[in-house]
Order: sequence, then structure tokens, then C-alpha cells
Amino acid sequence: MDDVLSILQNLDWSPLWISLKTGAVATVLCFFLGLWAARGVLRLGPRARAVTDGILTLPMVLPPTVAGFFLLLIFSLRRPLGGWLYESFDLKVVQSWAGCVIAASVIAFPLMYRNARAAFEQVDVNLIYAGRTLGMSERAIFWRVVVPSAGPGIASGTILTFARALGEYGATAMLAGNIAGKTGTISQKIAMVIQNGDYVTAGIWVVIVLVIAFVIVAVVNLLSARADKNPKRW
Amino acid sequence: MSLEVAIKKQLGRFTLNVSFSAGNEVLALLGSSGCGKSMTLRCIAGVERPDEGRIVADGRVLFDSARRINLPPQQRRVGLLFQNYALFPNMTVEQNIAAGLGRGGKGSPLVAEYLRRFRLEGLEQHLPRQLSGGQQQRVALARMLITQPALLMLDEPFSALDAHLRWELEQEVLSITRDFGGTTLLVSHNRDEVYRIADSIAVYSHGSIDRVGEKWALFRDPRTAVTARLTGCKNIAAARWTDHHLEVPEWGLSLSAPTPSRPADCVGLRAHYLQGVKQPGENVFRYEVVSSIEDTFSVILMIRPADAPQAQPIRWELSKTDFAALPPGRLVRIPPEALMPLAGEATALPH
Repeated sequence: MDDVLSILQNLDWSPLWISLKTGAVATVLCFFLGLWAARGVLRLGPRARAVTDGILTLPMVLPPTVAGFFLLLIFSLRRPLGGWLYESFDLKVVQSWAGCVIAASVIAFPLMYRNARAAFEQVDVNLIYAGRTLGMSERAIFWRVVVPSAGPGIASGTILTFARALGEYGATAMLAGNIAGKTGTISQKIAMVIQNGDYVTAGIWVVIVLVIAFVIVAVVNLLSARADKNPKRW
Repeated sequence: MSLEVAIKKQLGRFTLNVSFSAGNEVLALLGSSGCGKSMTLRCIAGVERPDEGRIVADGRVLFDSARRINLPPQQRRVGLLFQNYALFPNMTVEQNIAAGLGRGGKGSPLVAEYLRRFRLEGLEQHLPRQLSGGQQQRVALARMLITQPALLMLDEPFSALDAHLRWELEQEVLSITRDFGGTTLLVSHNRDEVYRIADSIAVYSHGSIDRVGEKWALFRDPRTAVTARLTGCKNIAAARWTDHHLEVPEWGLSLSAPTPSRPADCVGLRAHYLQGVKQPGENVFRYEVVSSIEDTFSVILMIRPADAPQAQPIRWELSKTDFAALPPGRLVRIPPEALMPLAGEATALPH
């Protein structure tokens, strides 16, 4: 017990803040990109929709290390895009916090996109038609009619995206690396301390992750319960 | 105000191919469900795109496939009342009504005026699901009319309402269309509703228009079996005319009737036009009752000639007073002028 207390007193909390910061920024990115993509996909014909949907969902079904491999290919300083970003904007993605955000965003994006799409598909198309005949702009219809109607689905999508981004490991490790205080997220911290045999520190971080995860799932359930006006009990 | 529509649209195996025009009147699109009435309204509103054709309202071309014109619905100034009203569920009554006014809409005196006009005061902050069916319809009407549409289109406006509310709201819609004064299109499958509200009727059948015309003319002389059926004619049978004479084998009857001026394949007889009589005479026959059904204020008798036991029964509807006063002897007369010559198949259409 003294062990735990002394470790807690000297604990470097940076992985928690890095993870939360990464999760928050990735969630904001995914939120807007996901809504935009979901809206775009619903306007496509069936064939184009199947292909686009497949590409957008790919990061969810691929092993994260495969996504990490592609991200490295794209953002490596020796590659056109990575080199250009570094030279023009002094922006380094590989081995940096920007890499954490990009890796987490790419992996978590399909959760936002798919939830938003499912929620949009549930919106009565007559509401959209009504908005159009009333002269509302497409933008107003989207933000004032579609998004609020799809609210609960979008909200749970956002929270799941945050959860996924928070815990991202594989792609982050490959793209951003594990630099303490910079790109060292909770997941990477746990892996590292276990390799060093420090199970107590790992356990502390595991408890922190469990608490965060439980709160997230509880909030999702509460949100969907509020959306259901007539909940059924077995 | 005038409206000209000529459109074609293919939907799977179903083809919509209609053309009609309307002036300052209420034109009803009458037909059974799935015959393309609502799709026509949606094409005019611009939320569906016809494959080809032309839609012109008041000289403004809304759609013209030949000239590649397809105005977005926002620019068409066409009001469409949806069957389920399509109120925005997340917005209050006030926000719903102001939705079409853009940024300056909320709290404008116009919104207050429409809230008053549609008797929605006190409900401003309610959500649509907290309203009754009648209140929902009034919100939808107010939301549509506040945008000053040049054309009104009502898609089955009473189908979502309880029977006792229909009458009240029908009166309301009737007065709105009178005040509006422009072209109103009304989609319905209820011939009584159409008869009360509309000036003209376009009868739909399987994606095309069977007949268009002024309502009295159409009810008096439907001309086709399809229109006769949709205007509520219950008795239709294949028939053969010879000089002032009519053979209806299905009914087991041979009747005198004026020779039709147009070719006709079958005859229609409205169920209210049969007459119980005391004396034999022209077009009078002795009947037997196959079955009788008591309705709220009327009696429906299914009858056939006593000497034709194989005949298809004829439907005869009469008030309970008339039923009680039927003379003994079971004689019924079919007035020659009640026999409507009709073109087309007599068999009931598959729905």
C-alpha cells in the first residue's frame, strides 16, 4: 500500500493530460469531418456510396498498425507531403504531438462518421423536403433540422469517438512514438511500464482508464435513454 | 395564376406520366394510393426531379428538361403541406412558423399575426409532439402560408386526423383556399372530401390521368370505368347497347336506355339512383335480396332479379326512412338516365 501511495505522490501525470488533449482535439476534428462526410455520402448514388463508405470505414477494421504504416508513408519527412508540411509550415507530424492527434483522428473517425450516418438515415426525409419548400437554405436545414433531429445518435458517436481517440495505441506508437511529456499517452505509458515490470504503476493507470471508460459508457447510456421517450423494460 | 404541368418519371416498374393545367381554382388529384398523386406534388415542389417534362407556374418556368431548367425548391415559391405535416420536432410552434422566414423571422410581428390567425396563441413554446392533430395541422398551414407561396399543394391533408376533427379542419382548409385565391392542388383518395372542396378533378390511375374536368361534369358523366369507380360508382358491369336497348348479362337484365353518343364497353349505375316502385313498367323488375347491410343512416341492399339467380348482385343504397317506406311487391326501377355508358374494363382495378 505504501508503494501505491509513494508512486501516486511522485506520479508523472503528463500521460493523462496528453491523452485528454489528444482525445479532445481529435474529437473536434472528427466531429466536423464525420458530419460532413456522412452528409456527403448520403447524397451519393448507391454504387459511389458503397465505395466511399468502404474507404471511410477502413480505419476501423484495419489493424491500427496498418493505419500507422500508411500514415508514416504519407507524413514521413522524406515524403512529398511530410516534407512540404515541414518546410512550409515547420510542422512535423512524425514523432510529435501533431502525430498523436492525426493517428487518433484517423482511427476514431469511422466511429463518428458511421454513427452520424446512421443517425442521419433515421431523420424523416420529409423534414428536409419541408425545409426546402419553405425556402430554408441547405445549411440552415442541416444545422437547424437534421443535426438536432439526429442529436442523440451524433452525441453518442462523439463520445465513442472521444473514447477511441483517448485510448489509441498502435497507430500512435508508430507515427508519434512514445516521447515522455510530449507524445507519451496513457496507453503507451502502460505498455512501457509493464515492459519494465512495474505492475503497480501500470495498475494505477489501468484504474484511471477504467474510470474514464465507465463514465463515458454511462453517459452514452443516459443520453440514449433520454432520447427514448418510451423505454421498454423486459 | 396558372399552372401547367407535363411530366414523366420512371420509378422502378412504375411510370408517372401526367399533364394537366389549372387556373385560380382548387384542383383535386383523386386516385387510389400509389398511383402517383403525391409524386406529382413533389415534382412540382422540386423535392423530386422528373425525368423529363415541363412545369410552368404563372409564366415562371420551374422545370424544363429540354432547356435544362430545374429551379431548386427554395426558389419555387410553392407551399407543400405534407401528409404527416413534417413539423420540425426539435422546434417550438413559434420556431416552426418562423422557419421559412430566415434570420429575421423569430419574434417578427408577422409570426405573431400568423399565431393569432391560426389560433395558436398560448402554444408558442410547445413542441409539435405536445400538440393535438388539429393543432399540428394549423401549425403546418401557418408555417406554409407565412412564406407567401404562389401555389398551394395539400397532400392528403385530413388523412392523419380523427373523423370528428376532419370536418372542422376541412372547413378551415376550404376558407384558406378561398382567401388564397390562387391555384391549389389537393391530393386525396376520398371522393366526398374532393367533392366538397375542389372545383375541378384530375382522376389518376396507374401513374397517368384518366380524366380531368370540372367536378359536377365529372360526377354526372364519368365516361370511363376508372373515373366512375373513383367517383364512387358501386355498380359497373360489361354491357352491350343496341338501338335504345341495353343488355347487361352480368346483372341478368335487359333495359331500355338512350344509345350512347360515344363507344362504351360497360355501364355504371350509382347505388343511390335505384327506385322502389309499386307498379310494373319500363326498366322495372322484381328483385330478391341477396344480403342487406345496415349502415349508420342508410341501408345497403345487394339485390338481383328474381328470375336470374346466377346474376351478380347490384348494390342499392337508401336512407332508413326510404327503406321503411319501400312498397311491398319487391319491384325496383332503374331510371334510363341513371345508366352511365363507360369506356374501359369493368373489372375492379388491382390496387
